Order: sequence, then structure tokens, then C-alpha cells
Amino acid sequence: MRALDAEDIEALAVGAWILGTGGGGSPYHGLLNLRRLYAEGARVSLLDPEELDDGDEIAVVSMMGAPLVILERLVDSRQIARAVTMMEEYRGRRFRAVMAIEIGGGNGMQPLMAAAHLGIPVVDADAMGRAYPEAQMTSFAVGGLEPAPLTSVDPRGNEVVVARAAGWKWMERTSRKVCTEFGSLAATCKAPRLGSEVRRWGVLRTTSQAIRLGRAVRLANRRHQNPIEAVLAAENGIRLFGGKIVEVERRTTEGFLRGRTLVEGLNEDAGSRAEIAFQNEWVVVWRDGVPIVSTPDLICVLDGDTGEAIGTETIRYGQRVVVVALPSPPVFLSERGLSLVGPRAFGYDIDFRSVFGASPSESAA
Amino acid sequence: MKRIGIDVGGTNTDAVLVADGRVLGAVKAPTTPDVTAGIVAALHRLRDRVPDSASADAVLIGTTHFVNSVVQRRNLTPVAAIRIGLPATASLPPFCDWPTDLAELVRGGVWAVEGGHDYDGRPFMPLDTAAVRQAGREIRERGLRDVAVTAMFSPLIDTDEETAAAILREEVPGVRITCSHHLGGIGLLERENAALLNAALIPLAEATVRGFATAMAEIGLAAPLYITQNDGTVAEAARAAAVPVYSFASGPTNSMRGAAFLSGLQDAIVADLGGTTADFGHLRRGFPREANAVVHVGGVRTLFRMPDLISIGLGGGSLVDPAGSHGGPVVGPTSVGYRLTEEALVFGGNQLTATDIGVAAGLAEIGDRSRVARLDPALVAGVLARARAMIEEQVDRMKTEAGDVVLLAVGGGAFLVPDRLEGVARVLRVAHGDCANAVGAAIAQVSGEVDQVFRDLSRAEAIARAQALAGERAVEAGADPATLSLVEAEDIPIAYLPGNAMRVRAKVVGDIAAVTEPRR
Repeated sequence: MRALDAEDIEALAVGAWILGTGGGGSPYHGLLNLRRLYAEGARVSLLDPEELDDGDEIAVVSMMGAPLVILERLVDSRQIARAVTMMEEYRGRRFRAVMAIEIGGGNGMQPLMAAAHLGIPVVDADAMGRAYPEAQMTSFAVGGLEPAPLTSVDPRGNEVVVARAAGWKWMERTSRKVCTEFGSLAATCKAPRLGSEVRRWGVLRTTSQAIRLGRAVRLANRRHQNPIEAVLAAENGIRLFGGKIVEVERRTTEGFLRGRTLVEGLNEDAGSRAEIAFQNEWVVVWRDGVPIVSTPDLICVLDGDTGEAIGTETIRYGQRVVVVALPSPPVFLSERGLSLVGPRAFGYDIDFRSVFGASPSESAA
Repeated sequence: MKRIGIDVGGTNTDAVLVADGRVLGAVKAPTTPDVTAGIVAALHRLRDRVPDSASADAVLIGTTHFVNSVVQRRNLTPVAAIRIGLPATASLPPFCDWPTDLAELVRGGVWAVEGGHDYDGRPFMPLDTAAVRQAGREIRERGLRDVAVTAMFSPLIDTDEETAAAILREEVPGVRITCSHHLGGIGLLERENAALLNAALIPLAEATVRGFATAMAEIGLAAPLYITQNDGTVAEAARAAAVPVYSFASGPTNSMRGAAFLSGLQDAIVADLGGTTADFGHLRRGFPREANAVVHVGGVRTLFRMPDLISIGLGGGSLVDPAGSHGGPVVGPTSVGYRLTEEALVFGGNQLTATDIGVAAGLAEIGDRSRVARLDPALVAGVLARARAMIEEQVDRMKTEAGDVVLLAVGGGAFLVPDRLEGVARVLRVAHGDCANAVGAAIAQVSGEVDQVFRDLSRAEAIARAQALAGERAVEAGADPATLSLVEAEDIPIAYLPGNAMRVRAKVVGDIAAVTEPRR
């Protein structure tokens, strides 16, 4: 277990945004909350999954809802803490630690806020290793773990427990309905996990990964070095394409932000074009019509100057970007993993081929 | 209609008379610390040049006085912040993301009360009017007179902010109130920050506008007075004094608008090269394209209508480093600034500046050319190539679509812009380009704006509704209904929200309506 310092928090905000792969919402409000909690003397510790006992119970947290609503309601650190204590009250048991359902974007900051209030550590793990748009797109769903119960909290004192769900999709539907009634924003504590489940099915050490990424970018910027190189070196990433955004097309369907953007190559990529499709997060990249990378590989579109992530909601014409791939957590490369988060889960009829080499399911075939 | 446009800059106060689409006269006077004396001097000079200016129909003033006050932490008034949104928003109180030095100057007190709305217009909580009244009493007791009121989702439903403002007026005699929904769109912290800055500047703005009125009275001008805004439109002076943040970027905006007018072009990229920086903007239908993004002012995150500008450190006073770092010479971002006429080689100084390069290349004719006669031609060519590459990159960044554009080059450093550039069809330089700011002020129009979430409407219906609403607001602000035109419409689909939600921004402008009765 190690104590996170103020610089770790700043780095986490940068790294979580990169791991958001275009979505997940901005970590800015979470960062402001944590700065304030740290200024008041709170400290958060990070617990390695190996330090968990099999029977330890872990709270899994996230904010659920629309980024637009967060812009007005803001993020309040006590809300996520309340979702955790509500789960403790419902089950009559205390949690050993808290963890994120998704490390990517604003939800990567949530467990730290809960931990700061509750005085328990944060487990260095999540269930996505990035951001995904739907609740069933998690490693816990891949593992077939129990999706219920879930607590959902609204700041006005409305609190709901989804006690049972017939499956992960049902949990997504029911809890989404509750969230919509709350004004499309709710603090949630997902189904509690045992230490053994986290070690077996969690995506491990993603909080420290995000901090490492953020530190690399911040350090490179301070030293006037290339932050993209820093990202690649920190995470064994692959640089896929560099260029300028020349077209952005967005539409909202079924509650998702879908669309595509065109990147015109510059420098070593001059003469080529990349097209990137998104559904909240970046999903597939084609280079001159040929698919070159798709989810579950992490697709990160970074600002060519600062190395900071650019989101699907904010990308715009003229930005200089570098498209980078980071390795997917292995759990999503299985047949079941690919059925949940592979290109076909997002409606693209292409076979997944990792840019980091053949996926295990392919090599097994 | 004869109009006097005035630009109060950091160094000079420029004044022009514009009538029937022509610039009839342009003068300069040094800016004075009280602003007023400089305006009086400029108006006197203008009258000497064009006696007709005495009977002008309107005077339009552009000034960056207020934004400078934030940046320099001067003349700011402590503000009472009222946040309506409990029990949400509590952990991120007003001023939570401000630089410490600025927060200490502006934070007069913070009050949070229950209330606000949801994205779909339902009340989030009923407004706690008793708590607002109690806050009013405490504000009065503390001797505060300037208040910023911010409610959750007020850009959609403004009733809580307006109700709170009415209560505060009852409780605090002489109170000056800024409601956030007048300033910004969705984004509570950023909108609140704009309201707080605005409230902190109102006493200065009122004093400044009184000074303008005094200047006009001194010279015997009876025409109505307008102050130019960030978006290239104007507000009547008393109205403008209530929204000083709306003049923050009026300098570059007026310069772009003036360049459009002087060139007759409505769509172009504008490069305004001064002594230290080059500002790049995009004119669309004669107006600067607005930034749809967070803008930092004096270290504070804000979100309100500002032109989309890129500034880089390149201008006539930029220092040249012949050795450079990437195999060629480097120019900027450091500049000798206003000391150009002492420090540049052509003025007998010993600093190599972009101006010296321009003179050596025969692009500019100032100072003593013989002092740069021995500059290495390869160095001169290298610096110009570097400047060209910097300009090409920024022009490309400002484009919103592929294809060649027209580039308008204005400002004292415009000689650094070559006649041929990659991605540019042609480069235009205009007459009176050095007083484009004042011309931009003189030709300003009145606008009305909408930024709202619409649901269960087709895209066309939502935009039409936004346009009608924006038109009503423009007429309210003094536009002639017969001259209204839509200059901007943008729709952004909103992920996760049910009911086909989309956020629509629309802006409508019109000419200043003829005055039928004397204005106060």
C-alpha cells in the first residue's frame, strides 16, 4: 500500500483522460474535489490487488449519467461516498476498500473521493482498463459475475437499491431508468466484489498505470520534450497516425454520441487519411480505407503539442493530433470479451486484429 | 448615418468618422491613464480634420480597459457570490478554481442555497427564498454592494436567478447584481466565474462609462453612446456598463470587423500582426467565429461569447535568434515591444528584430535602412521563411474546412506576411489598416443570442425556434427589426439524454434602430 501525494492526483487526472479513449467525461471536477480534500488534510492510499485477502469485500463505484448534467450539478465527493455507505447499510457489512468500474475519464477519480471521506484505501484496479459506454462492457461481465445489487444515489435524498437483475443488460436497463428519473445523473455503487474476484477478473493496476501516463506527459511538457514519445514509452504504445482533423460528424442515437472524424496525414503520414469512428469512445480507425485498429485495443487521440487527450465531444476541425494505440487488457481478448467489446459489439463487421499481435482467441482458432 | 468609432488601446486612442460606407477621417491621440482625456483629445483632432464629425449620429467606443484590470489585478471590487443549487454542487463552492491572488481580491463572501433546475426544465429543488433573504441581510451588514447570482441550469430556466435578484434588491439598497444566465451557457463553474468577474468590474465599468459621457459632453457631442462587445456588436452604454466581461475581447474583434469592412470581404482569415503578437481569427459573414470552448481570463476558466482567436509570439518587435535551435534562425516569442524605436537596429539600437529583417528585405520602410545593409541575406531569407511557416500553420489551424482562403493582413507587423502562402488563395492588405480597430467599432451592429437545449424537435425546427428567440432579443437590445439576419447557428447533439436532445446556439444581428426619442 502506498500513499498518493498531490502530484499523483494531478497526474491521475491527465492519465485517466487518456485512458478514457475519447469518452468517460472530463476528470476536471474530480480533480478539483481531490485538490480540496487534500488541502483539508485528507490522504488516499493505493492498495495493490495482491494485498487483498480472498474474502475482502470491495466497493465498485462510478457516476452514471450525462456529462452535460455534470457540467451543471458538478461532482460532489460526498455523493459517491454515500453510494458506498448505502451499500454497507443495505448489506450490513463494511468494505475493505473501494475501486473504479472504469479508470477512463472522470470515473477514474471517483474511488479516490469516496476513499478520502471513508478512510479506506483504493484498490489499484478497475473493470475496463479504459472507458466503455455500457455497464455490461466490463471484465466482471466477461467473468459472468453477479451484476446485483447496485445502489443509486441522488443528492436530494432519493436512494434506490436494485436488489436483483436477471443479467448485466437488465442491470444496465433498470439502473439507467432510475438514473434518468434522478435527472440523468446518479452516484452508484455497483455489485460488491470479493478480493478473489478482483484478482481473477479485475483489470489490474490501472490506477497506477494512469498515474504513470499522466506523470510522463506532465514531465515531458515541463522539460519541453515530446509528450507523445513519453506516452508511447510509458505504456508500450504504438504510434498509428499523425495529422490534422479535417472533418467531424456527430449524431446522438439511442442515448449515445456516435460519429466519425477524418484526419489528414502530416509529416511521415502526408498523403494518407485516417477515419476514426466513435460511440462515446473511439471504436475503429481506418487508414486509407483499411481498418488498422479497433476496440478492445485502446485508441487514444492525443493533442500533438501537449500529449493530452482529446474527447469525442470536443474534437474539432484544425486540431493537430496523434493517434496512439495502447494494449488492451487480456480479459477482453477472449471470445466472450470480444463478443462484448469487439468491433461487432459496436456494429462494425470486421474481425478484431490487435496491433500488438494476434489475439489469443485467434491463435486458438 | 454618420458614426464615430473610437478604439482605446494601450498606447493610442484612435478615432474615425464613418459615413455611407466610407472612412471620412482617422486620427490618433495618446491614451491617458484616466482614458477620458485621451478620448477628448482624439475627438478634438477628429473635429479639426472633419468638422462634420460634430453632428455624428452615434459614438461607438471599444476598450480593453476591463480585461486589463483583471489581468493586472487592479480596480476590482469584492463580490458576494450566491450559488443556487444545494444540495448538489456543495463541494465545489464559488472561487474553487481561481488563482489565489485574484480570489483574495474578489471574494467578498459566499452563500449557497437550495434551488435550481434539471436539464429538462423540472425544478431540481424549490428555491429557498428565506435563505436568499438571510443572505441579503448578511451582504448588507458586511457592506457589500456587488453580487453574482448563479443557479443550476439557469441558461434553460432563469426564474430562480431572477427571483433571488428581486429579493436581494429588497434587502440590499443600491445593490448591483449580475445574473449568470445573462452571460453564459451550460457549464455552472465557468458561467459563475464569468458572473463573478463581471460583478467585480461593474463599479469600474460604471465609472469608465461616466468618463466617456463626460468626454462627450466636454466636446459638445449629443449623440447616443455605445460600447462594443466581444462578438463585434454594440450595447448602449448604460447596458454595457452592466456587462463589462462582454468587452473583454473587443479589441481583436473590432480589428477583424474593421478589416472586413475596409476590404469588403465577409469571409476570410484575418492576421493582425502587432509589435509582440500576431492574432489570427476567422471572419464568417463579417463576424469573428466564436470559440465554443473554455477561455481563460487572468487565470480564471470562463465560458461566454468570445471570438475564437489564436495568438502567437510574432510581430514587428520580435527578437531574432540567428543561431536558432532547429537548424534555422528563430523569431519570437520574445519581443522588444514598445521599446522598438530605441532597441531595433534600424533605430540605432543593438537588438536584431523582425522589423530589421523586414527593412533589410525591402518589405518595410522605417528607421535607417543603412544600419541593416550588412545583414547576411541568407539570414534575412531564413527569418522570413520561418515567419512564413508560423503564419501558414496558424492560418491552417483557423480554417474550418479544406480549400484555399483569403487572408486579410492588418497591423503594424503585417509586412511579415508574404504575398503567397500555402493554403491561401490571396493575401489582401487594406487602406486604413492601422485604424481597423476604430473602424470596426464605428460599424458595429446590435445582436441577440440563444444557447439552449431543445427536445423532441427536428433539427430544422429547433434552429428556427432558436433564431426567432434570438431575433426578439436583438430587437429588445435596440436592433431595427427590418435589418435582422442570422449570422450563426450551431447544433450539438447531446449524448445520454433521452428525447433527441440537442443544444442549439443562434445569433441574430441588426443595424442600430434609428432613435425616435431622445435617449437618456
